[in-house]
Amino acid sequence: MKRLIQELCNLYGPSGQEEAVRDYIAEQIRPHVDEMRVDPLGNLVARRAPTRPQGQGRRLLLAAHMDEIGVMVTHVDEKGFLRFTGVGFPLRTTLLGSRVVFSNGVHGTFGLEGKPLPTESPVPLEKLFLDVGATSREDVPVEVGDVAVFRSPVVEQGRRILGPSFDDRLGCAVLIQVLQRLQETPHELYVAFTVQEELGLRGATTAAYSVAPEVALAVDITLTGDYPEAEPMAVGLGKGPAIKVKDRRMVAHPQVRRWLVRSAEAASIPYQMEVLDYGSTDAAAMQIGREGALAGALSIPCRYAHAPTQMADLEDLEHGVALLLAGLQAEIA
Amino acid sequence: MAFDRRLLEALSNARGIPGQEDAVRSLLQEALAPVADALHTDSLGNLFVHRTAEGQTVDPPLRVMIAAHMDEVGGMVLKVNEDGTVKFRNVGGLDPRILPGKRVRIGPQGIPGVVLVRPIHLERKDRDRVPPIQELVIDTGGAQGIRPGDMITFDTRFEPLGSLWKGKAFDDRVGCAVLAALLQRRYPCEVVGVFTVQEEIGLRGARVAAYTVAPHVALVLEGTIADDLPKDRDASPVTQVGRGPALSLMDRSASLDRRLVALLVETARAHGIPYQFKEPGRGGTDAGAIHLAREGVPSAVVSVPCRYIHAPASLLHPQDVAHTLALMTKALERLGQEDPRRWRTRSIHPQPPSE
Repeated sequence: MKRLIQELCNLYGPSGQEEAVRDYIAEQIRPHVDEMRVDPLGNLVARRAPTRPQGQGRRLLLAAHMDEIGVMVTHVDEKGFLRFTGVGFPLRTTLLGSRVVFSNGVHGTFGLEGKPLPTESPVPLEKLFLDVGATSREDVPVEVGDVAVFRSPVVEQGRRILGPSFDDRLGCAVLIQVLQRLQETPHELYVAFTVQEELGLRGATTAAYSVAPEVALAVDITLTGDYPEAEPMAVGLGKGPAIKVKDRRMVAHPQVRRWLVRSAEAASIPYQMEVLDYGSTDAAAMQIGREGALAGALSIPCRYAHAPTQMADLEDLEHGVALLLAGLQAEIA
Repeated sequence: MAFDRRLLEALSNARGIPGQEDAVRSLLQEALAPVADALHTDSLGNLFVHRTAEGQTVDPPLRVMIAAHMDEVGGMVLKVNEDGTVKFRNVGGLDPRILPGKRVRIGPQGIPGVVLVRPIHLERKDRDRVPPIQELVIDTGGAQGIRPGDMITFDTRFEPLGSLWKGKAFDDRVGCAVLAALLQRRYPCEVVGVFTVQEEIGLRGARVAAYTVAPHVALVLEGTIADDLPKDRDASPVTQVGRGPALSLMDRSASLDRRLVALLVETARAHGIPYQFKEPGRGGTDAGAIHLAREGVPSAVVSVPCRYIHAPASLLHPQDVAHTLALMTKALERLGQEDPRRWRTRSIHPQPPSE
């Protein structure tokens, strides 16, 4: 798992350019799936046939998104400074002083117009610029439309890990492991590694159309309420994967919730219940594809989402894999 | 292929806010019925014009949807006041700063009116205040026959202006005109030209049209923002008039397919057609709805740069229109030779061929 996370979190894959992540995941899961295809938007959709008579099995779609947030160059000025727009929503307060890397290896850091200390909070995006150390427009080694992402080594400290792009490479890691370890299942299992989640659940929208699942489950990160003066939220690092009840765009179906809770309890896997005030997941799009699906989400608690460095708990990840493996053996009722 | 200026002129002069695109559709129907392999409209009012493939190398031939929207931003009559003035609301994004004092046409008959503005002599404190649309009224001189729901459009006639063309609603009548020109012939791929409705109020026509067509690939033709006049900051002009068709990479509605954008770039370079990238992050187009149809549709957007869109008079460069048509023609020829269903990654910044 650690190696998987190390490798996944440093693959270049901003929304719309997930190829490297997709190629990596395809290699990891190829021996463990019956079929695999890349759809027109770039989702990687794998299928595992049921190993038991399909009596209690459902057509099930699990999804984790491959894309990560970043910044896209919108303008190169005469002196060689770059203006940019968000690809997804990088937290503006975290940009100043952080470093980003383009696909061609060019590094950049952010500067702020005017006084050396920010006088406005949050800093308006149009007052920030990206500096790649160029001496003039002609000297700039990237172009309008190129995208830079946060990069830093993934580090393990005690039970915790720190790194970039945990949203949602951790979900990808969990689903890769599930596919690698899964033996028996009565379900017709589809696993989608989706594109463009950070731009509005776009990949999941089309993946849900092509798979047409009865049950859809997103595996993504969620916020926590366990840091100083946090807004009230019951989820904390290290207390197990979180079974989603509700977020901004989705109310999980009680049957999906119950399935996950029972699976966790039967296998003595720690879990927590999640009510999230901000954001949503691919499940919101999958829930309303075609005729609709029973939808839910399993979340990996993660601090500092959409910031350059994020933090999670290794045991939550292991327990997440175990919970899904247990759930995939069980009936969804 | 020659571009028919008269059609753009007629399209620009025609009046059609979202949901009331009838006059625009009639013009296009009339122009394209003689050449179309099939032509129909759907329940929302989208106009579909089919051209079958000719000389394709891929089997089954690629189905390419090309969309341009017929609707223009405008207003709608809310009520006629007792004094004969007209209360109205915007339909699509209108800038309240530019409305006072403008000439408009109301209803299917095109009754003239002027957006009422207090003479500057009478303004004291509020000289700098921009009255919101809710406070504006239109003076028609008490004309009869105006009813709630009537459309309101800018009263602007198409005309050449120096080396540029001036007209209203180039967003997206220029896209419609380019698409009509493209549909005059066949390509080595199946082409379904769709003149969509209700783009300006949320890409509504394109959503159902893409479901109907179920294309392999989609191209969207637009008239887009050019903010290329001198400014006091070194900021992006979004696009520049006279610099060729603008290719979108990402806007608020879609992250465009980079393989398709790369094909457009390669085509432009191979044929010496100028092109530019539109500033990422601005605006949105029918591609936002089309690319999410069914199992997903790789999409790209090609735009003619226009100054002052969503205003009474926009300006464009006829050379940009010609280059947009040329780029699209060559790209369709190329698309018929390739199979995007098998495409891998390609760069939008190809290295120039070594000498």
